Amino acid sequence: MDGMLAPRRPLIYLDANATEPLRPQARAAVLAALDAVGNPSSIHAAGRGARRLLEDARSRIAARFGMAAADVVFTSGGTEANALALAGLSGGRRVIIGATEHDAVRAAAPGAAVLPVSRAGAADLSALEQLLAEGPALLCLMMANNETGVLHPIAEAAQLCRRYGALLHVDAVQAAGRMAFTLDGLGADSLALSGHKLGGPPGAGALLLRTGLDVQALIAGGGQERGRRGGTPALPAIAGFAAALDHDQDMAAMAPLRDRAEAAACAAGAIVCGGGARLPNTTCLARPGVRADTQVIALDLAGIAVSAGAACSSGKVARSHVLSAMGLGELAGCAIRVSLPWNATEADVDAFATAYAALPARMAA
Amino acid sequence: MIYLDNQATTACDPAVVAAMMPYFLEEFGNPHSAEHAMGERAADAVARARGHIAALIGAEPREIVLTSGATEANNLAIKGAARQAGTAGPHRIVTVATEHKCVLQTVLDLADEGFEPVVLPVDRNGLLDPDRLRHALRTPTLLVSIMAVNNETGVIQDLAALGAIARQAGALLHSDLAQAAGKIALDVGTMGLHLGSLSAHKLYGPKGIGALYVRRRPRVRLKPLFSGGGQERGLRSGTVPAPLVVGFGEACRLAAIHLASEPARIAGLRAHMARRLEADIPGLIHNNAGAPVVAGNLSLRLPHTNALQVIAGASDICVSTGSACTSAEVAPSHVLTAMGLTRAEAASTLRIGIGRFTSAADIDAAAAALANAHARAMPEHAEA
Repeated sequence: MDGMLAPRRPLIYLDANATEPLRPQARAAVLAALDAVGNPSSIHAAGRGARRLLEDARSRIAARFGMAAADVVFTSGGTEANALALAGLSGGRRVIIGATEHDAVRAAAPGAAVLPVSRAGAADLSALEQLLAEGPALLCLMMANNETGVLHPIAEAAQLCRRYGALLHVDAVQAAGRMAFTLDGLGADSLALSGHKLGGPPGAGALLLRTGLDVQALIAGGGQERGRRGGTPALPAIAGFAAALDHDQDMAAMAPLRDRAEAAACAAGAIVCGGGARLPNTTCLARPGVRADTQVIALDLAGIAVSAGAACSSGKVARSHVLSAMGLGELAGCAIRVSLPWNATEADVDAFATAYAALPARMAA
Repeated sequence: MIYLDNQATTACDPAVVAAMMPYFLEEFGNPHSAEHAMGERAADAVARARGHIAALIGAEPREIVLTSGATEANNLAIKGAARQAGTAGPHRIVTVATEHKCVLQTVLDLADEGFEPVVLPVDRNGLLDPDRLRHALRTPTLLVSIMAVNNETGVIQDLAALGAIARQAGALLHSDLAQAAGKIALDVGTMGLHLGSLSAHKLYGPKGIGALYVRRRPRVRLKPLFSGGGQERGLRSGTVPAPLVVGFGEACRLAAIHLASEPARIAGLRAHMARRLEADIPGLIHNNAGAPVVAGNLSLRLPHTNALQVIAGASDICVSTGSACTSAEVAPSHVLTAMGLTRAEAASTLRIGIGRFTSAADIDAAAAALANAHARAMPEHAEA
């Protein structure tokens, strides 16, 4: 098998929250950037051309979130953007993170106070107020959860943060490109974004900072990104990231497709984890008594790619900390995530429904 | 436009672009999604690429930690080793005045964390005197960082000799290999390296990907720069960008093949360029004449002129005054001033980087344009 791809089979990809397929306009932008020779820091014609691509991408991303271009710091991805925010904005402040944050945030803030969530998965605002009253804080809250799609009450949390003088960093990795919002509209102080979660290629992300806020670089270098992030920028990935955001697809129109998948799964015995406002493309389906990895493998054999939670280092399936935090107990080990990509079709959803109905009803968990 | 700035960045090889395309498009799975077939195929592609990267420097695939580039790899190596060791043992971290800015900055920043940065001078040819290193290492030292090939002058340090001194002193040895990989043969074993940094876009791969070699036997321990999902054995969290890694792997595979003939071809082009410019620009001086230099590099002092004027006067020719990171700065190159050049001499220096896609016709056209721009930039009194 060395040197060649494993045999392919027709595949229905419903794991968009791990990575979105490349959008066509992002493909074009990646190709154009791969064609451009030149380091954006060089002053000759090739360098100036690369610089234009970089600054054009920066301006377009800034505009999308109602910001100035100078407040966009390009990083290698969402993990680095979150780490940069946590390291750069926490000086002298207590760090508070949501109980259902991504591993990237949990690992970057090991001593943080944890803000509990409701059974539906949303941050508990009265608990937040108590935590904020204890002293100056940096709150790190994700806009949309990667496993359940549940949206946190960011605007309300932002009001509380303002009242108590706290800073608010929003991990917007799953929400960006799927909902329209601005930094000011949310009332946030910073946003973390990831290109490959919104239809760009992997390898680029950004930290967006409220004007006037600054961060100390995690990666020292040749003065790139206004001294906030060293290293030659990943131009093709950045160009693809900006282009992928420039779409006019109404992602809310995906909700009926998601609801169709959900209804079929529920008819086959699934329980939906998480409620209230959610991303339009995501559902988290628990099947009592059937281990999540068993379900994922069975669906994979049927040619359907879903996941049992976050795609991270181990590849092994641990009990979801997200569902545990929601108080779902045993169900936390029995849930799969179905996340529709931007190009999902009704036929994809129906194929999923058929395969899901054929899963064993109950097995030793 | 003729591109002669291959130290700043190189064009992505069309074969590299072709290798990446399937992983941008149909095989877009997240390599950490090991639960489904698409994720597995992406993971397999990353594993193959990691093998090619390792092979170029004589390492094992498990010794390759993927990063966003050489800058991050340099930061991870130096800060990671220092923070892992802490300040209970040796505090001293030794590097050289001609290192890339990101290495110098990283070493100097560690003073805030209780370490003792030492920056050693070089001689007029840009070489580090082994006795200087020996002297510095009389004080117990945690880590020595010496680049293999300089990005402005192309000068090759004698890492075999310098590394032996570092190892005898019990220090970890890190080398920024970004400008060396694909230009000279590298073997981390014979070089005795503990840590080595690589960049894809300096060897005809894509921007946004690089690697740190971290020796396993005996194992070198590092603290990560930031935490997260624990990818890359916990040393570098974040989704591994499979298409960029595939491109990096292909670039390394090609580099290993091209090493047999490419340096000789490029050295021929450089000799031709040097002859043309020497004939047309009397008094031209090579900054690195007394040191071994990689094939594509020319670092030339133009008499009586500011190199920026010459660059501006030859707008179709992409050459530079020095490092890209600082090329917009008015300050003179820290590399050239470390070699003892005056500010004026540094300001009159032109860097030319010949690469894989440079043709003999490119050299003729560029030499003519540069000589012409130089003549026009000469002050009136110098023409007399």
